[in-house]
Amino acid sequence: MKSDIIISGVGGQGTITIAATIGGAALNNNLNLKQSEVHGMSQRGGSVVSNLRISDKEVFSDLIPFGGADIILSIEPMESLRYTSYLSENGWLVTNVTAYDNIDNYPEIEALKSEIKKVKNSIILDANKIAKESGSSRSNNIVMLGAASHFIDIPTDELEKSISQFFNAKGDKIVNANIKAFRAGREFVSGLI
Amino acid sequence: MFNGVKLKKNKYNKLFKCCIFSLDYTKLYKSMKKLLLGDEAIAQAGIDAGISGMYAYPGTPSTEIMEYIRASKTAKEENIHMTWSTNEKTSMEGALGMSYAGKRAMVAMKHVGLNVAADAFVNSAITGVNGGIVVVVADDPSMHSSQNEQDSRYYGKFAQIPILEPSNQQEAYHAIINAFDLSEKLNVPILVRITTRLAHSRSGVELIDTKREQNKLELPKNPNQFILLPSIARVQYRALLDNYPTFIKESEESILNKYTDGSNKKLGVVACGIAYNYLMENFIDKDIDFPILKVSQYPLPKKYIAKIVAECDAILVVEDGYPFVEEQIKGFLDNDKVHGRLDGFLPRDGELNPNIVAAALKGEKFEKTADPEIVQPRMPSMCVGCGHIDAYNALNEALEQYGKGRVFSDIGCYTLGAYEPFTAINTCVDMGASITMAKGAADAGLTPAIAVIGDSTFTHSGITSLIDAVVDKSKIMVLISDNFTTGMTGQQDSNALGRIEKICEGIGVHPDHIRVFVPIAKNHDEMVKIMNEELAYDGVSVIIPRRQCVRTLKDLELNAQIKELGLA
Ligand SMILES: Cc1ncc(C[n+]2csc(CCOP(=O)(O)OP(=O)(O)O)c2C)c(N)n1
Repeated sequence: MKSDIIISGVGGQGTITIAATIGGAALNNNLNLKQSEVHGMSQRGGSVVSNLRISDKEVFSDLIPFGGADIILSIEPMESLRYTSYLSENGWLVTNVTAYDNIDNYPEIEALKSEIKKVKNSIILDANKIAKESGSSRSNNIVMLGAASHFIDIPTDELEKSISQFFNAKGDKIVNANIKAFRAGREFVSGLI
Repeated sequence: MFNGVKLKKNKYNKLFKCCIFSLDYTKLYKSMKKLLLGDEAIAQAGIDAGISGMYAYPGTPSTEIMEYIRASKTAKEENIHMTWSTNEKTSMEGALGMSYAGKRAMVAMKHVGLNVAADAFVNSAITGVNGGIVVVVADDPSMHSSQNEQDSRYYGKFAQIPILEPSNQQEAYHAIINAFDLSEKLNVPILVRITTRLAHSRSGVELIDTKREQNKLELPKNPNQFILLPSIARVQYRALLDNYPTFIKESEESILNKYTDGSNKKLGVVACGIAYNYLMENFIDKDIDFPILKVSQYPLPKKYIAKIVAECDAILVVEDGYPFVEEQIKGFLDNDKVHGRLDGFLPRDGELNPNIVAAALKGEKFEKTADPEIVQPRMPSMCVGCGHIDAYNALNEALEQYGKGRVFSDIGCYTLGAYEPFTAINTCVDMGASITMAKGAADAGLTPAIAVIGDSTFTHSGITSLIDAVVDKSKIMVLISDNFTTGMTGQQDSNALGRIEKICEGIGVHPDHIRVFVPIAKNHDEMVKIMNEELAYDGVSVIIPRRQCVRTLKDLELNAQIKELGLA
């Protein structure tokens, strides 16, 4: 078993939370993992990426090789394209469609979408909308995790367990909202594949 | 394994707070291992090795070492020293004092911090230690968050002390524990060199069973050990030199260095620290038939280097950072069977990765496929509501009458004022340089010259610069943008808190020319007026835009301090 996942977004969007939840599930299941993150300067509204590597064999490199990622999971559409050189031939790109527009020359969203659709296996969803509808507008990152969970080689209930553990300290209400968000994201993609 | 320490299995009871999420990870994840950043594994190892003091100034990618210790319940119970130092030199010296008193101390900094600490660091090799000292320095190849990518291993070689360069989080944990024993055994501080990738990557780490007790307070046996008068220093230096063959022997016997033989002698690979992983990544499901020397302890293990160079037709050296090992093996006479960054087998600069190493093994060059053209760069920027923004808006207007090209800035969030729409600054070199460079430019006749510096950077290295300016009555305006925190590195304590005006006055800046105001849009015209007045003044003036960093607004402890000091 091996899952190499690129998690991308803009500093502050919650990429590290996604990585930590998947990582927690992996550790619960005694898998090996390495999870490389961006700290420091880029966290100030710059592009950030997390390299998450899970395997039942030893994981050497903290970085996923170019052409080796099974999944690109992105909370932001333009950021999903920044890492396509990492995607393997049959890998999946799963991205949120909502733009984080903090630069002058941000591209047209339709142009981004058509570029994303050029990737062999891609899914675009409106995680912000799905999160809102499921009652927790701040959980768009967890919606994205749900959406991508189809391609992550870890059982769904293990991912849910890890979400519960991660948000446990914040109380049942937050836990349930995030589980709901996870399921909504997962269900949305069920209809597409 | 390492000094026969037993591995800890299934221990979840020890509470520790993860600095990123402020959650108790061990309660979260029941597992054999703890999920730790490289930095956190190092910090935990320091605690488990029985340190009495942790000394650090923030700097990406080293910051999380101190942050972990400051959040650790054990460290608190054990009364481990853990206040942030004012800069890296004071960190190093604090540790040296603790060592003098017989106890173990760990120091952590980013690579450029070692430039600041260099005087203390190099001389600590000559004093030697009483309690063990481990200096952890985090390099940043590819400059993810830094102004250069200097390689700290040169400093270790320069000071002529052993260097450890762990390749992964687990090894980092054991290397630190080992390093303290080594330091006390060899009577030198040990340099541990890590890079961004290891510092900021998490992995499962198994911890040792028992935490070592702290050393007792005990004066050095030789009362002259720490007096580096020439007559004593000569003796001490000689002892350091005489110790060098022992350091090499330690490297040859270290389990951090590993020689794996292979039947195919056409190629031998020397892989250092984290670069070893990039090599091995290419052989996950494949056999390796050529010899590999993994190097994670220096000075270089001579015996193994001699063997691999003698037996193999060609040598590829893979290392993150400068061609430190490659240059040593190649030698002055340019042994042309040694390949690496110097002869273009590997790129001369930037971080390595598995693909670059894979290509080099085939004698090829790796070209990353270009990003889709539609993708635009997304630079970091100051936060919405940041006080630095209002200060720059006012400064840009005040400077219209004098013209551009006279703003000497420094290192911190305010450096982002270099980008559009501000383009407000002209320099950023090293911490503290703003004031002294403005002074130098004023010496040359560029007046008024303006320095822009943050509160933490001011106490780090700005005070001495300001004294130079006051002594010369330089015509400069120093803008100290005070946000009560060390913002850029993640909002650590600022040792300038509540002290700035008193420091400036004490140095000799005239109290009438120390002007404090709140940088908000509403005060724009008043700020411009104050700046204009001070720009016209023929001498050193200090203006202090003062407003709390928006990222710290929920920090209750800081809020209480600000209130108590009457700063807002
Ligand atoms: C010698 C050295 N040590 C540490 C750093 C890391 N560093 C970069 S910016 C910064 C914080 C500066 O804080 P402050 O001056 O208060 O400005 P702020 O970021 O809060 O605006 C630090 C510690 C560095 N670049 N150089």
